[in-house]
Amino acid sequence: MNQKQKKMLLRIFIAAAILILLHFLPITGAVRFVCYMVPYLVVGYDILIKAAKGIKNHQVFDECFLMSIATIGAIALALYEQSGDYTEAIAVMLFYQIGEWFQSYAVGKSRRNISELMDIRPDHANIEQDGALVQVDPDEVEIGSIIVVQPGEKIPIDGMIVEGTTTLNTSALTGESLPQDVGIGDEALSGCINLTGLIKIKTTKEFGESTVSKILDLVENASSRKSRSEDFITKFARIYTPAVCYAALALAVLPPLVQLLMGVPAQWDNWTYRALTFLVISCPCALVISIPLSFFAGIGGASHEGILIKGSNYLETLSKAKILVFDKTGTLTQGIFEVVDIHHNALENETLLEYAALAESASSHPISKSIQKAYGKTLDRTRVSDIQEQSGKGVVARVDGHTVAAGNDKLMASLGIQAIACHTAGTIIHLAIDGAYAGHIVIADVIKPHAKEAIAALKQAGVKETVMLTGDRKAVADAVAKDLGIDHVYSELLPADKVKKVEELLEKKSPKEKLVFVGDGINDAPVLRRSDIGIAMGAMGSDAAIEAADVVLMDDDPAKIALAIRISRKCLSIVYQNTVFAIAVKFICLVLGALGLTNMWVAIFADVGVMVLAVLNAIRALLIR
Amino acid sequence: MKKAYKIDVDCANCANKMEDAAKKTTGVKDAIVNFMTLKMHVEFEDGQDPKTVMQQVRQNCKKVESDCEIFL
Repeated sequence: MNQKQKKMLLRIFIAAAILILLHFLPITGAVRFVCYMVPYLVVGYDILIKAAKGIKNHQVFDECFLMSIATIGAIALALYEQSGDYTEAIAVMLFYQIGEWFQSYAVGKSRRNISELMDIRPDHANIEQDGALVQVDPDEVEIGSIIVVQPGEKIPIDGMIVEGTTTLNTSALTGESLPQDVGIGDEALSGCINLTGLIKIKTTKEFGESTVSKILDLVENASSRKSRSEDFITKFARIYTPAVCYAALALAVLPPLVQLLMGVPAQWDNWTYRALTFLVISCPCALVISIPLSFFAGIGGASHEGILIKGSNYLETLSKAKILVFDKTGTLTQGIFEVVDIHHNALENETLLEYAALAESASSHPISKSIQKAYGKTLDRTRVSDIQEQSGKGVVARVDGHTVAAGNDKLMASLGIQAIACHTAGTIIHLAIDGAYAGHIVIADVIKPHAKEAIAALKQAGVKETVMLTGDRKAVADAVAKDLGIDHVYSELLPADKVKKVEELLEKKSPKEKLVFVGDGINDAPVLRRSDIGIAMGAMGSDAAIEAADVVLMDDDPAKIALAIRISRKCLSIVYQNTVFAIAVKFICLVLGALGLTNMWVAIFADVGVMVLAVLNAIRALLIR
Repeated sequence: MKKAYKIDVDCANCANKMEDAAKKTTGVKDAIVNFMTLKMHVEFEDGQDPKTVMQQVRQNCKKVESDCEIFL
């Protein structure tokens, strides 16, 4: 609670206490009026002042004006009727203030909750000066400076580790709780927490351009991009408030006049009371606050899960996602090649791998790397000689005095060796030792651990169609798609073809269904832009992807896609619930009020009660898992 | 040129009114008020001095919503 809220709460309590006390005092006439004005002014003086200022500045139709007119009107009516019943007017003001207080408290609380979720802003950077550590503002650190990060501190600026090894907690960036071991030469992203050792980092970016600043910027600005629901409510409120005011005026004046003309008593007081009830009901605040609050809470909840949504409008579009288009490598598969099998070999698997690894020992190609990794032991390069790399084919080398050829079909063909074709999807490395075929190694990109469940979860979340686009060979693509349960596959595509395919899909679908493209962001920027919603995953550190995508997943777990869609759906359903609920209750009460079937107390519920319920409902969006 | 300012305002409807008032100020190309983060993002027209424009924006906002504040 801030100072303002505490003061308001005190005023509410004092006014309520006086009101209850007055209820039991048998006072009448002018004394009664003066006594009752005390709690009224205690709780509502600021509203009256604001209303007066509003009129002075030609801003007539605001909430304060509505409340002032309604309560002053009710008091005037009580005076005119000499009923001495001022309680109603004061209660209206009191409950209005309680509602406002609650709204301010709830909004403040969710604001804090969400900023706590995103509490990754580093406050300082350590720089070594004359042997002593000096704390400086991260903004002042220039590119290429050496900063020191002690255990327990946040890395303030992106850079490269130049001294020390440590373990980093990257959970603020990725949501991944498993710590990461890093050492000299490794990239250190800002926002990570240094867990174990002291490290020195040479900065490669300014603070403003660093990952942590970008993320904060993105989340803070997310709710500035307004959704269609928010625009609707803003426009609605703009027409609605004056409309209700004129309707109230008409209600106060027209029926009595008609009654006069018809020769019946005018009942001015009765109709004025109905008009005042009308004004109390009319406040648009429940709508105006609960909708942006729902979006804000949804975006905040999502960012806690490592899903950054760039705007309320994207959250809205995401909730209508029906067609999910995936890039394969790096999105559904890990993009790391691994030896998955060895076939038809004449030797021990181990020996075959050893020969292959030695023959390929000079190469840094991902395929060679994966063979070396599968072999797992250190390579004694002295055993290898006469390495001849044959571009696009493979390599021939002498290992332990044997001639080893490792490569594809073309290499085998050029050496005149009969290779055994493989039926497994993947990249095949044939091996021949001393001119005799020795078997082949199957290397494939590995599917991510949760990819299959992720696709199933998407279907469950209401996605109609899943599509995979890849530059990879048809056999590989089909195998992966079949394994994961993806509906359509388009393989052997160049990056430009991917854009074309997405455009085709966009044309085919109905405008209500939205197309989502998910990529790892490395060369997908054009496709990310072209689709209704672009999701970039595992994109921390890749500026182009963060720029092009509408939703950024901080880690590369495909399960987060379904979670993002689920959050957006729930958030939107909360928005609809609030809109329909608030408008329906208000209209019903307005109609009842016009017919004279309600009193001020119902009107207060229609205003404050609806708002409180709508705000509580909106906060639910923060808790979606 | 774009700049962000911290603001203080009590209700969402008032924030919308501030946004309207800021947009109508001369020298302002576009303005967005974010009630949830209490920030006003202002895009200025070319050749305008943000400081003088913002004084005017502040005045206009005060007119529509007397309780608001823009921290310049």
